[in-house]
Amino acid sequence: MKNWNGITLAKEINSHLEKSVLDSNDNDVYVDPEKIYQVMKFLKETSGFSFDLLSSITAVDYYDHFEVVYHLKSLITLSKATIKAKVGYGRQDEPKIQSVYSLWKGADFQEREIYDLMGIKFEDHPNMKRILLWDGFPGHPLRKDFVTNDQSIVEDSKK
Amino acid sequence: MSVKSEPITINLGPQHPSTHGVFRMRVTFDGETIIDVEPIFGYLHRGSEKLAEERTYTQVVTLTDRMDYVSSMLNNQGYILALEELANIDPKPRGVWLRMIASELQRIASHLVAIGFLIQDLGAWGTPLTYSMREREKILQMFEMLCGARITNSYLRPGGVFMDAPLQFWESLNAFIEDFPSKVEELENLLTSNEIIFSRTKGVAVLTAEQAINASITGPILRSTGVDWDLRKTDPYDYYDQVEFDIPTHTAGDNYSRYLLRVQEMRESLRIVKQCVEKIEPGPVRPHHDEVPNLVRPPKGDCYTAIEGSKGELGFYLVSDGSISPYRWHVRSSSLINLTLLKDMLVGTLFGDLFVTFGSIDINMGEVDR
Repeated sequence: MKNWNGITLAKEINSHLEKSVLDSNDNDVYVDPEKIYQVMKFLKETSGFSFDLLSSITAVDYYDHFEVVYHLKSLITLSKATIKAKVGYGRQDEPKIQSVYSLWKGADFQEREIYDLMGIKFEDHPNMKRILLWDGFPGHPLRKDFVTNDQSIVEDSKK
Repeated sequence: MSVKSEPITINLGPQHPSTHGVFRMRVTFDGETIIDVEPIFGYLHRGSEKLAEERTYTQVVTLTDRMDYVSSMLNNQGYILALEELANIDPKPRGVWLRMIASELQRIASHLVAIGFLIQDLGAWGTPLTYSMREREKILQMFEMLCGARITNSYLRPGGVFMDAPLQFWESLNAFIEDFPSKVEELENLLTSNEIIFSRTKGVAVLTAEQAINASITGPILRSTGVDWDLRKTDPYDYYDQVEFDIPTHTAGDNYSRYLLRVQEMRESLRIVKQCVEKIEPGPVRPHHDEVPNLVRPPKGDCYTAIEGSKGELGFYLVSDGSISPYRWHVRSSSLINLTLLKDMLVGTLFGDLFVTFGSIDINMGEVDR
């Protein structure tokens, strides 16, 4: 399977959607989070890319910002690519990014999981609520500043 | 004349015996027809991804065992491949052949569980499940010879496997290769052309290829809709490009084709095991400490590696900050994502089909909730 070079892919995207790519390296393309939906739609629907399978979405906490990571695959052109978007600079409580649910239904549970564990809200997702933890759980555990040995969570949940 | 009835909502699970663990659904019925399904997850959530951030790279192998506990070897393989890519570790050939044997045996074991419990959910108590469990037992005993554990193997290490297989293992494996085709046939004689199984599973919960791809559904479910997508062929890892095997596909996309596909995949897996046994050569099974230390320190960076698990694409995303433990570890769980279309598959079917469909999707709660 062909792995798209990030720099080549970034050029291709930028030539169709101006200024949507902020940065790129050999493997990744850093997309402007404001334009993530347009870029994804372009990558899914343009022949030559045809990324019809959304392999995985995940997010990483880098202390001063979050990174949402998309792994795309194409069954038609037999290729894969990694798209990233940096959100939540300055540690707002609830960073936001556009959902890709309307392009790929496979984003449904994965975006909910990111919201649950990392606290990134996906706008226009039809059912944006917690998936693994219970409603009212304090905080988002995969964030780096989450206190892991806080017994009060257990005690509060028993009430 | 049609009779109107009041919709009724029923909670199924989390302790229902047919939910294969602690899965819970809120199902709304109109008479006996399902009109709405809402899956509820999280009863087995142990925070594996957070736990990994406090463990060394090698210790994380034990966490992967506890995800999908009926296919631990495959989970080990996926994680180790991600780690090898991240840390640029060159695996030893004998170790790779051994882990291919182990993971193909595990795929057979996992499919046996899937088939056994699917038929159990259909109401055939006992016989088919006992038959498939009997074969799985032989595989688990072989795993015990390899690493001392049956379920939570932790057999793989960066660059190969924990230790070489004992002589006893090869004897059992040869006996198994000899014996297994007749046992699959025995199981098939009971089930494949069984009238009751036909009428209960054919044309039930049909998925099309477009629907499945759009919902990121992979593995046997995707192949049952006619798409020959198998990462062992399309994106080969380990030595899968050196062995010959076919990707069975079906076009019906219903519960029956999902069952039949798993039977055929078991035969293909056995074919792969046979070739691995022929090709394996003596040598070290993993790199020496000097080459790969126990505390692996991958350079800064990230990588995503996916393997063809027993249930679909099993992906591992690893981020390293240069220390001895992962900065972030994410599992692309095929069990969870394959449930995306559960509602679409179930709405319109009858109460009796609910658990049959659920069994044919073949999920494992350890991997859904992690």
